[in-house]
Amino acid sequence: MDLLLMTLTTGIMVGGIYALVALGWVLIYKCSGVLNLAMGEMTLIGAYVSLSFYSMGVPFLLSLLFSLIIGFILGILTERIFLDRLIGEPVLTVIMVTVGLSFFFKGTVEFIWGTDTRVFAPPVFSIEPVRLGPLIIGEVYLWSFVAAIILLVVFVCFFKYTRWGLAMQATADDEMAALSVGVSARFVYAAAWAIAFMAAGVGGTLLGNINGLNISVGYLGLLVLPVVVLGGLNSVPGAILGGLIIGVLQNFCGAYLDRYFPGGVKEVAPFAFMAVFLLFKPYGIWGWERIERV
Amino acid sequence: MQPTNSILKINNIEVKYHEVILVIKGVSIEVPEGGIVALLGANGAGKSTILKAISGLLKHEDGQVTDGSIEFMGQRIDRMPPEKIAKMGIVQVIEGRRVFEHLTVEQNLKVGAHMRKFGRSIKEGLEMVYHYFPRLYQKRNETAGLISGGEQQMTVVGRALMTSPKLILLDEPSMGLAPLLIHEIFNIITRLNAEEKISMLLVEQNAKLALNVAPYAFVLETGRIVMNDTAEKLRENPDIKDFYLGMTDLGGRKSFRDVKHYKRRKRWLT
Repeated sequence: MDLLLMTLTTGIMVGGIYALVALGWVLIYKCSGVLNLAMGEMTLIGAYVSLSFYSMGVPFLLSLLFSLIIGFILGILTERIFLDRLIGEPVLTVIMVTVGLSFFFKGTVEFIWGTDTRVFAPPVFSIEPVRLGPLIIGEVYLWSFVAAIILLVVFVCFFKYTRWGLAMQATADDEMAALSVGVSARFVYAAAWAIAFMAAGVGGTLLGNINGLNISVGYLGLLVLPVVVLGGLNSVPGAILGGLIIGVLQNFCGAYLDRYFPGGVKEVAPFAFMAVFLLFKPYGIWGWERIERV
Repeated sequence: MQPTNSILKINNIEVKYHEVILVIKGVSIEVPEGGIVALLGANGAGKSTILKAISGLLKHEDGQVTDGSIEFMGQRIDRMPPEKIAKMGIVQVIEGRRVFEHLTVEQNLKVGAHMRKFGRSIKEGLEMVYHYFPRLYQKRNETAGLISGGEQQMTVVGRALMTSPKLILLDEPSMGLAPLLIHEIFNIITRLNAEEKISMLLVEQNAKLALNVAPYAFVLETGRIVMNDTAEKLRENPDIKDFYLGMTDLGGRKSFRDVKHYKRRKRWLT
């Protein structure tokens, strides 16, 4: 019983981080239809930036803030330099460019920070777990979850109530029509990439706090795919729910199945689950179905 | 049509797609301030392309104005990005009722108000749209993809109104709608022109309808203007009658008419 509860809570908390990164991913997909395969490397960059600041003695929150700012700038630069000239080209071309970007980012990270695992030292979060009633949760996990929830609320409000949020949704729906009423598609895309980069940075930083930071944190970028596919590619709440489900699923597989199938069940499970899930719900949980009037 | 009071002036433009396909070959059109001008023509004549050239959306489809110029209120706009052109007061209602399907009707309208920064002017805009389209008020919280075609067309026109335009480029507002609805929408269009002083450039397949609404019209065929005159004169023109209004004074002897049709068309094109 204890194990069940523990696995569940840890799963939910890790799922919060997945959800966070997935949010950024969904944002890009929502307004430009681009499957961003460089998401994992974006998390890496964000994480390494905040780690660098932190090891220089900057307080954690401040270094996170710096990483957000740098993420914002990098996001806009990426869009401006690489993706802007691809507006109007087939989506597949753009997707291939994101693959290229992922290699480029990875190479840059290895070049600057090397391949050794690095940790946040001194540890940001105390190792002492927090007790919430019957639950025992690691402090890192708790804060990650809280951060994810806060960002979720911010995202949803942004989409619902601000004119830029509305413009982004409109661009996602019909780019041409959005352009015709004066929405600047270039601005929308740049904003999406900037926000995605920032979300990825937060996710990467939190994850780096759990296990230390090395290139394999970028694996998160691949894991984002089952998360968003599960939630429905363009749904913000879907990304959150998908993140939580994948987090829980992973931890359960790690806790219960690893005994029988040693090695990598935890890594494979999300993808296997995604494949099966798609058989039954091809649009994901809350994805946009194509509206057809009869 | 005096050149002094025209809001839009297209001077001999040439449009190419993908840098090789020449679709518009030297077209000049003028829209007087506060007027309605119709642009008639068959499928593939290039009507929509001209509208896109004006609104700047052409660049998004890898098209380009390669020659000539487009002036809006005395300013050249043919090299501006679409959002800038929209800001100047030109809005295009794209063909085919392109609502934002997953947003509600009211959200659709609000996107139209994207360029207005203040909440109050958005509210005023919404009130104006609901005044002209009371039906949209009833449907304001429904998903735009699921309302009827007529309501979608109203939403799209309403969304264009929200940009507080000086010139609306209307691309086939009658497409696929019931006659009664078409009548209603065209009524509103004339009212908007009269009451809000919005100039219109109207592209239509339905020539009869367009000539009723617009006092002046241009006829476009395969990328060239082949005729332009007042609506009354065009209505009396035998070629227009035959090709666009579906009337013929040649009557019964169909086989001859077909021969003539072909010959007359040929004369137009050369």
